[in-house]
Amino acid sequence: MNDTPPNSFRNQPDDRGHFGEFGGRYVAETLMPLILDLEREYRAAQADPAFAAQFDDLLEHYVGRPSPLYFAERLTEALGGAQVWFKRDELNHTGAHKINNCIGQILLAMRMGKTRIIAETGAGQHGVATATVCARFGLPCVIYMGAEDVARQSPNVFRMKLLGAEVVPVTSGGATLKDAMNEGLRDWVANVHDTFYIIGTAAGPHPYPEMVRNFQSVIGTEARAQMLSRTGRLPDLLVACIGGGSNALGLFHPFLDDADVKMLGVEAAGHGLDGDEHAASLLGGAPGVLHGNKTYLLQDEDGQITEGHSISAGLDYPGIGPEHAWLKESGRVEYTAVTDKEALEGFQLLCRTEGIIPALEPSHAIAAVADRAKTMGKEEIILMNLCGRGDKDIFTVAEKLGVEI
Amino acid sequence: MTRLSNAFSKPHAAFVAFITAGDGDTAANLDALVAGGADVIELGMPFTDPMADGPAIQSANLRSLGAGTTTADVLQIATDFRARHPDIPLILMGYANPMVRRGPEWFAVAAADAGVDGVICVDIPPEEDQALGPALRTKGIAPIRLATPTTDAERLPQVLEGSAGFLYYVSVAGITGKQQAATASIETAVAALKAATDLPVAVGFGVRTPEQAAAIARHADGVVVGSALVDLCREFGKEAPAKLQELTASMVAAIREANK
Repeated sequence: MNDTPPNSFRNQPDDRGHFGEFGGRYVAETLMPLILDLEREYRAAQADPAFAAQFDDLLEHYVGRPSPLYFAERLTEALGGAQVWFKRDELNHTGAHKINNCIGQILLAMRMGKTRIIAETGAGQHGVATATVCARFGLPCVIYMGAEDVARQSPNVFRMKLLGAEVVPVTSGGATLKDAMNEGLRDWVANVHDTFYIIGTAAGPHPYPEMVRNFQSVIGTEARAQMLSRTGRLPDLLVACIGGGSNALGLFHPFLDDADVKMLGVEAAGHGLDGDEHAASLLGGAPGVLHGNKTYLLQDEDGQITEGHSISAGLDYPGIGPEHAWLKESGRVEYTAVTDKEALEGFQLLCRTEGIIPALEPSHAIAAVADRAKTMGKEEIILMNLCGRGDKDIFTVAEKLGVEI
Repeated sequence: MTRLSNAFSKPHAAFVAFITAGDGDTAANLDALVAGGADVIELGMPFTDPMADGPAIQSANLRSLGAGTTTADVLQIATDFRARHPDIPLILMGYANPMVRRGPEWFAVAAADAGVDGVICVDIPPEEDQALGPALRTKGIAPIRLATPTTDAERLPQVLEGSAGFLYYVSVAGITGKQQAATASIETAVAALKAATDLPVAVGFGVRTPEQAAAIARHADGVVVGSALVDLCREFGKEAPAKLQELTASMVAAIREANK
């Protein structure tokens, strides 16, 4: 299954789910047998051509893949440097990359004979994607969502309900994404016999980080082939925003062994990295253990988890996928952070130059692209994952811009 | 560890009492548990994200952290307890991140210095033992593992390997403080565990009444009660010690009666 060379960046994790010192299976004993069972079933699915065929068929005909690779001509002109290309994952069904992973996991859930699906959601994008695949396959679905987020993201709450999901507002702790994940884990531990937990990002206990990365790698695999076919060469720089990090890994992973392709992951700097109001786990956090894996976390000196802040509800998780922690320490990927204000500027820039309203999450990546493109030559190529569309964010943006709608 | 083996060598099952450190006057509450006859104390280390706990212990964690409890405070509570009660075994129970934040060796040394006999870390399964287990063993602290209804016969040896002190059987697949398992299923499970290990087996999760405690004591070596005691800390605040002693004494009496 794995034909990469021993010094490859693509052969993580090890057989215990470790990416270097990160990752692993830090879960309560009740969940441990289930996690092991999940891994066995996932390996069997990987070896089964019928599973891949069904996954590919749904991605093509239900999700709308392959998503286009698009040369952003006017944005490139406006920036006056490197050519900017977008992988258009915002054109997927449900408006973001999240659905790629949900298709994979629900197929696995059904293969395992599970009859009930649970998930956590922050901004609601993963909740909507999960509710969507549950409706598609007729499985009951419970979505845990922080009560604060339920209030802030009412359109997505309504979408989930339209799709037949039960949305449970979580009031424990800070009532945001990490608390929703805690509640998801509590549900799972009490319903292990029939329930499958669809985790929304490349984090959590092994095998989730690897599995989610692999389902999302369709992004980079397509983009690599499309770029070669359109330009005859590979890009010089890949850019993607990072909350938990699944869209970035999806883009980066197929390129990791292309030594000339640089990569930039963009975290949310919120109000700035010098204060506490950010969500940059890699740049402003420290290694620790949460939600089943060892990774970089926002935490205090006693190991208590602190709340992330970002204008984008999809980025304000206080942790990050363990593979990013490893890629940072190995030096293969560079990480930076972009503030709320810069992301808002990136959002408007793309609206005006390309006629594309991006989600606030990739608006962080746009801001970083704008920054880097200017320092690069016109023959160079930046490929950014435009991982979500901005319809969900227009109310937040209007408020920040002081506009009443 | 001698303190732990002594506690499980009595003619009756051990009563293992859990409360969260820093939730109310912990020193007074611990003294009340001892006065009521508790054989083993589990002191909960508060954490922002207690994923395996139900509402009672979740809110105790948040009350404690809200009151400003630090890791240093928890260790001081343990140190003071050990000075007052030289013979009662004391266990720290909590989640990995606060335990490994300064490194497992730091934590093991600090816990040993505080007179701690054992550590239960909810989210370090045998697969991740290296994250904390070796450091604890070096300092003579028992890494106490959990077995659950999902731990099958194939997996049990792995759980037992490296376990010490006692085996904590979580009687329901779920979070703390919820429903209790049927006595019959507990009896079967405990028998299977005892056939596989010489470690004492204590049973917890969902035990709230003296009757339930007595039923478990007929089969197990220990009975763990947490949420019911934590609820008293919340409800009675400064007046909690008298209530804790009362409930503990009634549980202990029921256990001793059952083991006559």
